Amino acid sequence: MTMREEIEAAAARYPDRRSALMPALLIAQREHGHLPGPVLEEVADILGVERIWVYELATFYTLFHTEPIGMFHLQLCDNVSCMLCGSEDLLTHLEARLGIKKGETTPDGLFTLSTVECLGACEMAPVMQVGDDYHGNLDVVRLDALLDSLRAAAGRFARVEHASAPQPGE
Amino acid sequence: MFEPVLLKNVDLPDGHLLSSYEAGGGYQALRKVLGECTPDEVVELVKQSNLRGRGGAGFPTGMKWSFVPKRTDRPKYLCCNADEGEPGTFKDRIIMERDPHQLIEALAVSGYAIGAEVAYVYVRGEYVTAIRRLEQAIAEAHEKGYLGTGVLGSDFNFAVHIHCGAGAYICGEETAMLESLEGKRAQPRLKPPFPAVAGLYASPTVINNVETLACVPHIVMRGPAWFRGIGPDKSPGPKLYCVSGQVRKPGLYELPMGIPLRELVEDHAGGPLPGRKVKAVIPGGVSAPVIPEPGLEIGMDFDSLAAAGSMLGSAGVIVIDDSTCMVKVATRIIEFFHHESCGKCTPCREGLNWAVKVLRRVEAGEGAPGDLEQLDMLCKGIFGNTFCALGDGAAMGLRAALKHFRDEFVAHIEERRCPFH
Repeated sequence: MTMREEIEAAAARYPDRRSALMPALLIAQREHGHLPGPVLEEVADILGVERIWVYELATFYTLFHTEPIGMFHLQLCDNVSCMLCGSEDLLTHLEARLGIKKGETTPDGLFTLSTVECLGACEMAPVMQVGDDYHGNLDVVRLDALLDSLRAAAGRFARVEHASAPQPGE
Repeated sequence: MFEPVLLKNVDLPDGHLLSSYEAGGGYQALRKVLGECTPDEVVELVKQSNLRGRGGAGFPTGMKWSFVPKRTDRPKYLCCNADEGEPGTFKDRIIMERDPHQLIEALAVSGYAIGAEVAYVYVRGEYVTAIRRLEQAIAEAHEKGYLGTGVLGSDFNFAVHIHCGAGAYICGEETAMLESLEGKRAQPRLKPPFPAVAGLYASPTVINNVETLACVPHIVMRGPAWFRGIGPDKSPGPKLYCVSGQVRKPGLYELPMGIPLRELVEDHAGGPLPGRKVKAVIPGGVSAPVIPEPGLEIGMDFDSLAAAGSMLGSAGVIVIDDSTCMVKVATRIIEFFHHESCGKCTPCREGLNWAVKVLRRVEAGEGAPGDLEQLDMLCKGIFGNTFCALGDGAAMGLRAALKHFRDEFVAHIEERRCPFH
């Protein structure tokens, strides 16, 4: 399905098209990686709603990104349960290993590091969400293994991208 | 002997599939109400059970349902609050991930009771696995006629839609959730009108938590007397307790409502980590005032905890041991509420911003005489003066920390450092 078709399918679930704004923004963000102004305007146009309604949602909810983020968004929970189980040490380790502070993206565009409020998985604290997946019961060793596996996945992804790109002269 | 019902499927390898759910007696409650009960009779069963809302407020569910007007030209809506954002809470996620059909059946039975043909399940956006499992379960249920036009050959039509949140704690507040469902910023509405009269799209709307709804099919099958027979009469039933923090066996426990907090923490969750002692427990998510160790005999139910100045809330039980600085815990809690304040009303938006600044300097050993009185004054200014319960929860949590652990706050100011570092 195209982005427009997906947004139309979402809109069919509600009696009012404005209700489809949140699903539409999630669809658009999955398609584009983040939500720059022209994408917000495209969403407004597809749903036929005021542009300001789209802007205000994109800037109110924390899962919407109006600025580009890295390929892997490391979202470390530092709320009470995770803090009690050592999330501060994990943050220090991540900042040292990635060479960035929380809120920043590595220069190669691979990792964006954020701390987030409770992820609702406190039984496996400390927890970090990366993309769609939760990683729980983390310690420095597990965290390093996770970063290594993400880097390896990025390497494979880059090779596939490179191989499928049109070659000069073809 | 207590028999778990809400979690009976969650450890099955394919507990999220329709075949597993049906094999365990699933969808019999829906068959039963469609075949044997009028909608009013289902509402009456729930009233008789004394089921109270598991989202935090503990409002009687049957009474909430009975506020929906009988005669109205407008469609009625059922909304399920699955925005589970109260720190320390993870019970609804586990139901949705591992036994989604339990929720789908509960929605259909409850929708039939209140006369709704459409339900929206508002799931927090981070719960990607839960959302996928629910979508799969909805598709399976449609195929077998548990959802759709003419459910199981009756004249009851029912559809369930997932609405994915996007990271805002305030959506757990029911009117903010309705705003969000309407595609707006999630800011609470003034009440009245209450949602039962004018909720989603100004239509009569019932909003219930996942765990609350999950109780309904069991009440239908086993009867209200069974439900009332578990735990205290005014606050009965099986209950999910989320245990986390500095404890040996964190996890989700289904036990009777009203069990002593000490039994939950020490017997079921294994007690403190080796060499440590429990210092305090937050019994119901970070909105619930902290209970210092000598108070752990308290029963885990709405009325007992309220009488002791705390609350059951979402039953997010966070265990804190003697290695932990309570000023740090209080600071983190108020940072959370400040971050999640929707910005609509002044006491919450400005008061929490101010409180965070004072708490951070006290925690850093840079507090000044008068800072604690300043915090007392801020709590007073916030509590009872905000649109919704977010501000109240923040003020109650901070007040309890200041009351029970004032010596730790004073030590930070007098010694000009954190005594725990």
